[in-house]
Amino acid sequence: MDWLNAIVQGTLLGGLYALFAAGLSLIFGVMRLVNIAHGDMIILAAYLGLSVTTLLGLHPLIALILVVPCMALFGYVLQRGILNQTLGADLLPPLLVTFGLSVIIQNALLEVYTADPQKMDAGVLETASVAMGGLSLGVLPILTFAVAVVVIACLQWTFYKTALGRAFRAVSDNQEIAQLMGLNRRHVFGVAMALALGVSAIAGILLGIRTSFDPSIGGGRLIFGFEAVIIGGLGNLWGTLAGGVILGISQTLGAKIDPGWQLLSGHIAFLVILAVRPNGLFPRVSG
Amino acid sequence: MPKPILNISGLDAFYGDFQALYGVDVSVAEGEVLAIIGANGAGKTTLMRSISGLSQNKAEMVKYRGEAIGALRADAVASKGIALVPEGRQLFPSLSVEENLIIGGQMGRKGPWSLDAVYKLFPILSERRAQQSTSLSGGQQQMVAIGRALMSNPDLILFDEISLGLAPIIIKDIYDALPGIIGEGMSALIVEQDITKALSVSSRVYCLQEGRVSLEGPSSTVSREDISRAYFGIE
Repeated sequence: MDWLNAIVQGTLLGGLYALFAAGLSLIFGVMRLVNIAHGDMIILAAYLGLSVTTLLGLHPLIALILVVPCMALFGYVLQRGILNQTLGADLLPPLLVTFGLSVIIQNALLEVYTADPQKMDAGVLETASVAMGGLSLGVLPILTFAVAVVVIACLQWTFYKTALGRAFRAVSDNQEIAQLMGLNRRHVFGVAMALALGVSAIAGILLGIRTSFDPSIGGGRLIFGFEAVIIGGLGNLWGTLAGGVILGISQTLGAKIDPGWQLLSGHIAFLVILAVRPNGLFPRVSG
Repeated sequence: MPKPILNISGLDAFYGDFQALYGVDVSVAEGEVLAIIGANGAGKTTLMRSISGLSQNKAEMVKYRGEAIGALRADAVASKGIALVPEGRQLFPSLSVEENLIIGGQMGRKGPWSLDAVYKLFPILSERRAQQSTSLSGGQQQMVAIGRALMSNPDLILFDEISLGLAPIIIKDIYDALPGIIGEGMSALIVEQDITKALSVSSRVYCLQEGRVSLEGPSSTVSREDISRAYFGIE
């Protein structure tokens, strides 16, 4: 039963990792940009959530109503103002610029919030649990996993069923020809970044309710996000969810064997999959 | 002569760092079909890129309905009613046939062209509407590329090498369909390697040679000798 418990808890944890990864996957898919600052943006969202909850006395989940649009706006402005200028045939400039952004965001957070670990107060939600088939499952992890499924379903729907998704795919396929259709790729990229950071905001708030955070932990979230994307296969959103779940299960099983093995076993699972299936488990079929 | 819809004057344009056009003057009248011929490397594609905004030049060098558009980006040019059927078709592989057509019409310009009108023109596309665009034959892909350009209801349509890489029978089908497309009062500029085809559908022809206009005249009266001379630059 302990092992089953570890697997179930790992699956639920995977939902959070999928939320870390979804924005990364979206951005890479639309504009071939690897956002090194993605993890720090998740932490930035967590701190924004902290400020909103303490200043306005709102529940962290209610704070999403403010934090998601703020992060989306930040994403749009960042893309139009800085990142669009770095995009081109060379992949290196956006890597360097987002690496710089990562340093800037971490230090700005240190200045404003200090290095003390913080946590958001979500009241009973933090400790509430339900008994299910002999297992005791936290309400928050279940909620996180459900949110991840809904977010990925929404992204999938947006990508394949809406005019915005058509524009994303067209610009991703061929930027020049997409411009000929009257699509302004700078705007399309801005909207994609807004969407990605909106999802990161959800991830950041859920992270901040679940565990304590400080300005330095963004890099670790970035790694988990990357691993989930690569395990699942680039450009496949449901694959990203599967990747997050596999990473989560590997970590909880590792922790079950020895608490010190939690992170290591996640990384090992990632490396094994990368060695055996370099394109991930569910790579996009076409394109 | 009706007033020009497109007026290119003294166009110097570059293909990368390399100057591909030197002081080119071209004008297209309202409702006119113009052919541009010339050897590989004569600057035909650079001319198309300059008009459509894929490469930018000095604003005054390209005028559309009297407005200087030479420095505009492609999306701004497209919204003014200029569409390009690009060389090599260049469909969006992630989009189905129908989505390729819909995205062509996403600016919402009013006019006679709609999904139904394109399917009426090319019935085969209606059968293939849900397929990935890359699963079609070359000729069918060319139909999608033409339909995609028409969906924006352009006033001026540019065709870049539409017969390149297609079987002769398919080329004939597409050229047979052209009068029906352009007949709606649209102006067209056709870049073509096949001189006979180019002359048969156009009212005037320009020949480019090493980045300069080497011949200009009515398609019905230019002689083969004139064209050879303008094409290759040999006396």
